[in-house]
Amino acid sequence: MKITVTVNGVERSGDVEPRTLLVHFLRDELDLTGTNIGCDTSSCGACTIHVEGQSAKSCTMLAAQADGLELTTIEGLANGDILHPMQRCFQENHGLQCGYCTPGMVMAAISLLDENPNPSETDVRIGLEGNLCRCTGYHNIVKSVLACAAESNGASK
Amino acid sequence: MIPAAFEYVRADSVDAALSALTEYGDEAKLLAGGHSLLPLMKLRLAAPSVLVDVGRLDDLRYINDAGDYIAIGALTRHRDLETSSLLASAAPLLAHAAGHVGDPQVRHRGTIGGSLAHADPASDLPAVALAMGATIVATGPNGTREIAASEFYTGFLESALAPDELLTEIRIPKLDTQGWSFQKFNRRAQDWAIVGVATVRANGSTGVGLVNMGSTPLLASAVMDAVKSGANAADAAALANEGTEAQSDINASSEYREHLARVLVRRSLEESGLS
Repeated sequence: MKITVTVNGVERSGDVEPRTLLVHFLRDELDLTGTNIGCDTSSCGACTIHVEGQSAKSCTMLAAQADGLELTTIEGLANGDILHPMQRCFQENHGLQCGYCTPGMVMAAISLLDENPNPSETDVRIGLEGNLCRCTGYHNIVKSVLACAAESNGASK
Repeated sequence: MIPAAFEYVRADSVDAALSALTEYGDEAKLLAGGHSLLPLMKLRLAAPSVLVDVGRLDDLRYINDAGDYIAIGALTRHRDLETSSLLASAAPLLAHAAGHVGDPQVRHRGTIGGSLAHADPASDLPAVALAMGATIVATGPNGTREIAASEFYTGFLESALAPDELLTEIRIPKLDTQGWSFQKFNRRAQDWAIVGVATVRANGSTGVGLVNMGSTPLLASAVMDAVKSGANAADAAALANEGTEAQSDINASSEYREHLARVLVRRSLEESGLS
């Protein structure tokens, strides 16, 4: 079946089987390989993207379900060489070790701050419950998200 | 993991969904948010030959004050429930429990109708619907009918919905809530409950729903009767495993689940104000 989605502001079409998962469509058809597949069981959050502006696990959606919707992947965040503030905060706060969970963490973290712009450390830890880091590097991930929230709230860096 | 092949039909209205169900019969499964069904399909534990996608029926996405009850459209997402100011005041147990389903990504996509119709005893919202005495509205080719939550669950992943019916609305009675509690015991934040308990004390009675204590979501009837007869929280909670048939699995033995049920029911009764 033919589907059309708007990914990172660009309209993209493809011919998919109904059973094609959204993450496979993004990676294999659209060549957007920044979105990783981790557990493939909607536990780990590595495949987190934004669907209509909200975080969602692209391994647990059919590409067909996304037909006509607006999607944002990790590739859509930076403006040329200028990183999205959340990406920069992850970089500055060493919010990654092996990096595999990072695209999903960043996408989940942006969605978290959209819903709660001024989270406590506990809010961030609970808000990222859908994302696992096998390196167990949570401390600096939480630090990165808090730094990004503080920055957007006008506090000094 | 990729589901077995199926035909995909997107319904753009309730009528279109009903027509598709009539046309495809038992072969068809309804797809709402997909966060219960797709994982099963990926594991090939479910392999429907037709998926009827009702996920775009936005006219079934609402939370309204209907006088005696709160009317919730079947396609209302967990995140909508979690953040609803109407539910926060009129049905705080439901709003709170919805905020503990899965994780934020799941709550952005998963729906209350999908969760209730999937009839998974390990899901949180069916136990809440039981505890609150909710009514489920099913729409079929011959119109709508109301089903009490207590009559809705008929077996493991089975409900009273006919193959040609669509769950369209959930009605939550407006209770004069004195106290409520939701207890969810799991090892990782996003997991299904090993055991969960939903309690609401209102209008002079106490409703207690159990998560993952049998093949269907259950009411803790013995506990409810004991509270009604004046038992305290500790004595009533000792009856929490009566009438249950908890399974043993990788997460817990049935004996451990029964122990958890007694502990969590006691905590739940106490948190909802019963001494």
